[in-house]
Amino acid sequence: MPADGGIGASTKRREDVRFLSGTGRYTDDIKLHGEAHAAFARSDVAHGRIVSIDTSLAESMPGVLAVFTGEDFVDVGGNPAGWLIHSRDGEPMKEPKRPVLAHGKVRHVGDAYAAVVAERLEQARDAVEAIEVEIEEVSAVVDMSNAVAGEDLVHDEIGTNVCFDWGWIEDNRAATDAAISAAPHVTTLNLVNNRLVANPMEPRASIADYDAGTGDYTLYTTSQNPHVSRLLICAFVLGVPENKLKVIAPDVGGGFGSKIYHYGEEALVLTAAKKLGRPVRWTCTRSEAFMADAQGRDHVTKIELACEKDGTFIAFRTETNANVGAYLSNFSTVTPTFLHGTLMAGNYAVPNVYVNVKAVFTNTAPVDAYRGAGRPEATYSLERVIDMAARELGIDPIEIRRKNFVKPDQFPFASAAGLEYDTGDYDALMDKLEALADRSGFEARAEASKASGKLRGFGVNSYIEACGIAPSNLVGILGSRVGLYDAATVRVNATGSLSVMVGAHSHGQGHETAFPQVVSEMLGIDPTSIEIVHGDTSKIPFGMGTYGSRSLAVCGSAVVRATEKIIDKAKKIAAHMLEVSDTDIEFKDGQFSVSGTDKSVAFGDVAFKAYVPHGYPVESLEPGLEETAFYDPANFTYPAGAYACEIELDPETGKVTIERFAAVDDFGNVINPMIVDGQVHGGIAQGIGQALLEGCVYDENGQLLSGSYMDYAMPRADDLPFYSVDHSCQTPCTHNPLGVKGCGEAGAIGSPPTVVNAVIDALQRAGHDITHIDMPLSPSRVWSAMQG
Amino acid sequence: MYAFDIERPATIADAIAAMKGEDAQALGGGQTLIPTLKQRLAMPSKLVSLSGIEEMRGICREDEGRICIGASTTHTEVAAGVEGYAALASLAANIGDPAVRNRGTIGGSLANNDPSACYPAAALGSGATVVTDRREIAADDFFDGLFGTALEEDEIIIEVRFPVPEKAGYIKFEQPASRFALVGVFVAKFADGVRVAVTGASEEGVFRWSEAEAVLSSNFAADALDGVALPGSGMISDLHGSGDYRAHLVGVLTRRAVSAA
Repeated sequence: MPADGGIGASTKRREDVRFLSGTGRYTDDIKLHGEAHAAFARSDVAHGRIVSIDTSLAESMPGVLAVFTGEDFVDVGGNPAGWLIHSRDGEPMKEPKRPVLAHGKVRHVGDAYAAVVAERLEQARDAVEAIEVEIEEVSAVVDMSNAVAGEDLVHDEIGTNVCFDWGWIEDNRAATDAAISAAPHVTTLNLVNNRLVANPMEPRASIADYDAGTGDYTLYTTSQNPHVSRLLICAFVLGVPENKLKVIAPDVGGGFGSKIYHYGEEALVLTAAKKLGRPVRWTCTRSEAFMADAQGRDHVTKIELACEKDGTFIAFRTETNANVGAYLSNFSTVTPTFLHGTLMAGNYAVPNVYVNVKAVFTNTAPVDAYRGAGRPEATYSLERVIDMAARELGIDPIEIRRKNFVKPDQFPFASAAGLEYDTGDYDALMDKLEALADRSGFEARAEASKASGKLRGFGVNSYIEACGIAPSNLVGILGSRVGLYDAATVRVNATGSLSVMVGAHSHGQGHETAFPQVVSEMLGIDPTSIEIVHGDTSKIPFGMGTYGSRSLAVCGSAVVRATEKIIDKAKKIAAHMLEVSDTDIEFKDGQFSVSGTDKSVAFGDVAFKAYVPHGYPVESLEPGLEETAFYDPANFTYPAGAYACEIELDPETGKVTIERFAAVDDFGNVINPMIVDGQVHGGIAQGIGQALLEGCVYDENGQLLSGSYMDYAMPRADDLPFYSVDHSCQTPCTHNPLGVKGCGEAGAIGSPPTVVNAVIDALQRAGHDITHIDMPLSPSRVWSAMQG
Repeated sequence: MYAFDIERPATIADAIAAMKGEDAQALGGGQTLIPTLKQRLAMPSKLVSLSGIEEMRGICREDEGRICIGASTTHTEVAAGVEGYAALASLAANIGDPAVRNRGTIGGSLANNDPSACYPAAALGSGATVVTDRREIAADDFFDGLFGTALEEDEIIIEVRFPVPEKAGYIKFEQPASRFALVGVFVAKFADGVRVAVTGASEEGVFRWSEAEAVLSSNFAADALDGVALPGSGMISDLHGSGDYRAHLVGVLTRRAVSAA
């Protein structure tokens, strides 16, 4: 490990000092003078017409300041979808309005139809219960196949429950169909990618403040991307000029995607703050979070793999119904399409890929991007059907993957699903995995398990994902309504310390430690003299935020570009100080020196000169040392990996325990290996959670059965093994300046199929004719499958 | 949470007096009641906290050899303080998590009679006696369906007396989310026979599995249960398992409890 705290050092996370000592400052920790409290009235039925709402009794309750209903927001905009998808027939997707508060109908359990603002929180809650509402319940649309075919509509005005019917790549459809028809072997798998609740440790919270003197709003909120929230609120929902709204996302306790989005509660507290002339706060309860946060996954998929008898892949064809819930959340239309369909070639040189996705409205909470966002769904489908095909053909599951891998000399590689992979070495990953997982020792361990009455199984997976979202020109063609660059400002202070303002937002990723390592490496200065500023639209230049494992690849690249500009200008200042041409200046280890001489000035001297410009060429060079860069990536980045897992299964109870887990990832260059390890650990924990424990379940009436931790199983420490992780196989990204790819979601993408493959392996070894079990592989599901 | 008054009596006599008020609710460790209040699912006018009553805390042996546990004794205290009845101590040591065990009490658990709780299985499986402020109730007469007991509205559990079996074992299979017992089986072998109590499984709450008791009373061995099984009908069926699965688990766990005893 480098001793200097630069690139490659496992520097301990500086932000953990405040997180672990209770001095973090989260939204709910912020108290404003004179603040009032909001509480929401939420539907307890999945689908109903609002016949009447009488708020008069609630308004007369003690402490009540205002009551709002959907009627108060009919003249403002709806919360928009950020990506326009076109159906196979060329028609644009259906976009029903998503209002601040439900109006006319409630469309899912937890849909907010009214809000109370009161002096105290309990008064607001009391008044919510005093709102007299008549809701005429109508048939709930829950099951997606019924929704596609059915006559009950979530949104009557669009005449269908299908938001879009998307084909990727539509021009490849006929060729793929023909290839599958002619193939010697076709493996077909029907699967469900289970619906998940994000469950960040910190629930959502928002505080709005309005300054009547200036007309300025301030919103403190739990956001992964404050500028995006500002844009959505200003330009689409409330019609406030962007210069009049400051969005501050302070310390945020996890997001996993669910805090990317703008939610109606933010618009409500902003509206109430202006109306009342007082700050208005709201903190989501855990019960509300289960009902009203955007949820993840929820695909029902049929995938077919056509191959030669020797296991050479010919085609993948996928049909998916993707649940978008009752309303379109901001990224809900891109997640099951371009973040999913474009990955359906996997790590493989397969010639034919076709993906058909229908996005389906149902009377359930909105579904959107959740750690991995489309790529876990793609990887799960691919890696399950590949395992199944290997079994049918009698080929070793690792060998069938190796046989079809894109080889190192094929990069850059144009995948059959429309992406250009820049670099990778999938065989090297698999070689490392086989060693790390001690595959050769498996049989002995399986015998030991058998001796204690248990079944043991070995599962593997190889994945590729696309991070560093995204080239703005490309995504613009594909339907994105925003650009996906990021920005950074590097401000060198007069005494040589640095403030680096970044558009990325850290809510667990360790940016405050990793970004200074990059700048430190470039400038040769102590990383502790570099401060990262993020999460405040009034302080940072601009930013599209943190999701899709993009922070380092995109915003980190902007930091590099801005720092390069700093070096360029500093060289000019140093040249003046040393009385030479700036082309004669070399910069190394924090020293500007004249080539071939011992004359030099230190970085700090140059910084001081920039701000105390005595004897300074002000006619040709501006004082100050501060630079901003926007970085728009040339391509996605393509992290890849190979995972293995060994499970033990108790055949009497169906309980699966994970005994060993090995993860080999290629993240390109690594800035802080310790942080990367932590990201992989967390991702695997979430992936194992999806595979074995977590499942959000609605009954046929749209009632949420898994509405608390009593029924929604989160992974705990003792559900998880010690992981063996490795990221030494590095093929640096070829198109960003750091050569980095992104590591935040890999664990959640790579692990679910690995676990399921291992369980199926254990069952098949024991003679059970079981080819698939849908996640979560709870004891009861496994046991039921074993009963035949 | 709705507004309520709270009283903290220091003696049983004061607690009895405090419970006479309308809508008064006894508060043990609060591990179920407090979350229920926070969810606004209950609105008692008055809580009577029993945790400050010294005479309701602690563990002792009475002359007949029974282990007597004060109703306000926490799970942690039972786990550490019960001697000579390892199955009971171990059951207490594995309820919930440390925070729950440090607050939750045996009296609170029994009075609540959650169909997935551990203590009802121990009380019924041991043939314990529930001592209240006005009478003694045999465990066989105490539990009444889901969350129901023989307790009257204002009746307070003072103590629970456990006969000590020759051998006993408790095995629970945890529901993955709540980690309450998806099924838990308590087996106790006494000189005059074997008792088998099952929690988590039945739609009627904790129950004795008489067929298993009969075969184990003549042969206290796991394989004595071969061919003995419960039907899935009448068993709880939910997200976490069907009635058939729970019935199957009862058999598996009973064998394991016998082996562990």
